[in-house]
Amino acid sequence: MNWDWSNVDAFMPRFWDGVLVTLQALAGGAVIAFVLGLIWAIALRSPTRWVRWPVAAFTEFIRNTPLLVQLFFLFYVVPEWGPSMSPLVTGIVGLGLHYSTYTSEVYRAGIEGVPAGQWEAATALSLPKRRTWTAVILPQAVRRVIPALGNYVIVMLKESPQLAAIGALEMLGEARGFSNETFTFEAISIVGLAFIVIAYPASVLLRVLERRLVR
Amino acid sequence: MSAESPHTANTPVTDANPAVDGSELIRFDKVTKRFAGNTVLDNLCFSVDSGKHVTLIGPSGSGKTTILRLLMTLVKPDEGTIKVGGDYLTHEERGGKLVPAGEKHIREVRKNIGMVFQQFNLFPNMKVLQNIMEAPVQVLGLSKDEAEARARELLDMVGLADRCDEYPSRLSGGQQQRVAIARALAMRPQVLLLDEVTSALDPELVAGVLDVLRDVARTTDITMLCVTHEMNFARDISDQVLMFDGGKVVESGSPEKIFGDPDHDRTREFLSAVL
Ligand SMILES: Nc1ncnc2c1ncn2[C@@H]1O[C@H](COP(=O)(O)OP(=O)(O)OP(=O)(O)O)[C@@H](O)[C@H]1O
Ligand SMILES: [Mg+2]
Repeated sequence: MNWDWSNVDAFMPRFWDGVLVTLQALAGGAVIAFVLGLIWAIALRSPTRWVRWPVAAFTEFIRNTPLLVQLFFLFYVVPEWGPSMSPLVTGIVGLGLHYSTYTSEVYRAGIEGVPAGQWEAATALSLPKRRTWTAVILPQAVRRVIPALGNYVIVMLKESPQLAAIGALEMLGEARGFSNETFTFEAISIVGLAFIVIAYPASVLLRVLERRLVR
Repeated sequence: MSAESPHTANTPVTDANPAVDGSELIRFDKVTKRFAGNTVLDNLCFSVDSGKHVTLIGPSGSGKTTILRLLMTLVKPDEGTIKVGGDYLTHEERGGKLVPAGEKHIREVRKNIGMVFQQFNLFPNMKVLQNIMEAPVQVLGLSKDEAEARARELLDMVGLADRCDEYPSRLSGGQQQRVAIARALAMRPQVLLLDEVTSALDPELVAGVLDVLRDVARTTDITMLCVTHEMNFARDISDQVLMFDGGKVVESGSPEKIFGDPDHDRTREFLSAVL
């Protein structure tokens, strides 16, 4: 097999389409995972059992079933009685929802890492619960978990090809389509390279953040 | 004299040191607190008059910290009641009955109480000035300007006027503790609780913090409840010393009396061990 640059040229338009889908899925999924995960983590500390239990059951369930099943469910089952969403939007929601159950564990560890004395000082000053969370606990907890959260962005990048299963053709999906049609290998190689090009600087950035934030 | 009786617990002192305005500010009535079956406070009764400076002494594990934490509502009593300024702290009267208090009631009563911790517990994500302004703005509803003026005044008093834009981690332990004192005072509490506030400090930093507290004792009419191993400091500022052991008040009196000529062997033993 010889490397043929004309195959690369032919693939490029689809490659950029794929990159765009990958980046959209990653950005959207990460935002959802970061926000929902925080909501789960706070809900799991609720004094009310009726908040804690359903959230615990739901997150446990999502975490222990495959992302692929959840994507199929969102794409084929939910539209039967709920909103029907484009493949990309479904993929973003699925990815975000799935990884929110992991980020919630990250936040939980961060929240538990805030010394008890901080809660006690907030109580001694009579700070309202909400203010204690937003001004005292979360700024300290989130700061120390930013690197761990960033790690999940890289995990999400690597899991994003699963979105192809519901027809959201991110870069690997595009490459597979192209290769199957043309019986060539260049597209797959390019995409492999692209994963590294995105993931490596990201992990370097994370290590820098880690050094600066976690002291 | 029975230390259990709320009316006699502090009689010796009332004779020796007339109260500032005579009214009773804090009352523990038959308070029992257990941790996992271990009875730490046993039917404890005592009261503190407004404006008094009271030092709690006693062997390790005798429940001194627990008493302060009960007042700060960081722990709840298993039995008995605590009153602050005539209001029940963890109970409410409803239809002539005492019921556990709601969050709102506790918050109202607690506003009168400030606490300084052994480990300072400043908020590390806020600068010094913000640490002090936070609660006055959020809880008392002061404007930012009012709170800042108050904070600067207090920082001046604790000798840290020039450090208001630092993060706590950039200050020494002694400086952090002085900021923590300023933060507690910014709420203008009636009662200030001090739990071994110099125990975590390097020896050379202790004096600065104690000087600030002497200042507070001298220049304000805040009631102080203080747990300390600094017996000289206790002698200087206290109107009353309470000796605890076995979950009860063993003895109570003026510092001259307790440190000089205690009635109980238990007190004598304890003091000879720490002095
Ligand atoms: N949260 C808790 N859980 C279990 N036991 C506790 C708790 N807090 C205090 N205790 C126990 O209660 C007893 C009294 O503790 P406390 O801290 O009030 O004593 P102390 O008089 O302040 O002692 P020290 O001089 O060592 O500070 C101790 O035996 C301690 O182990
Ligand atoms: Mg203690």
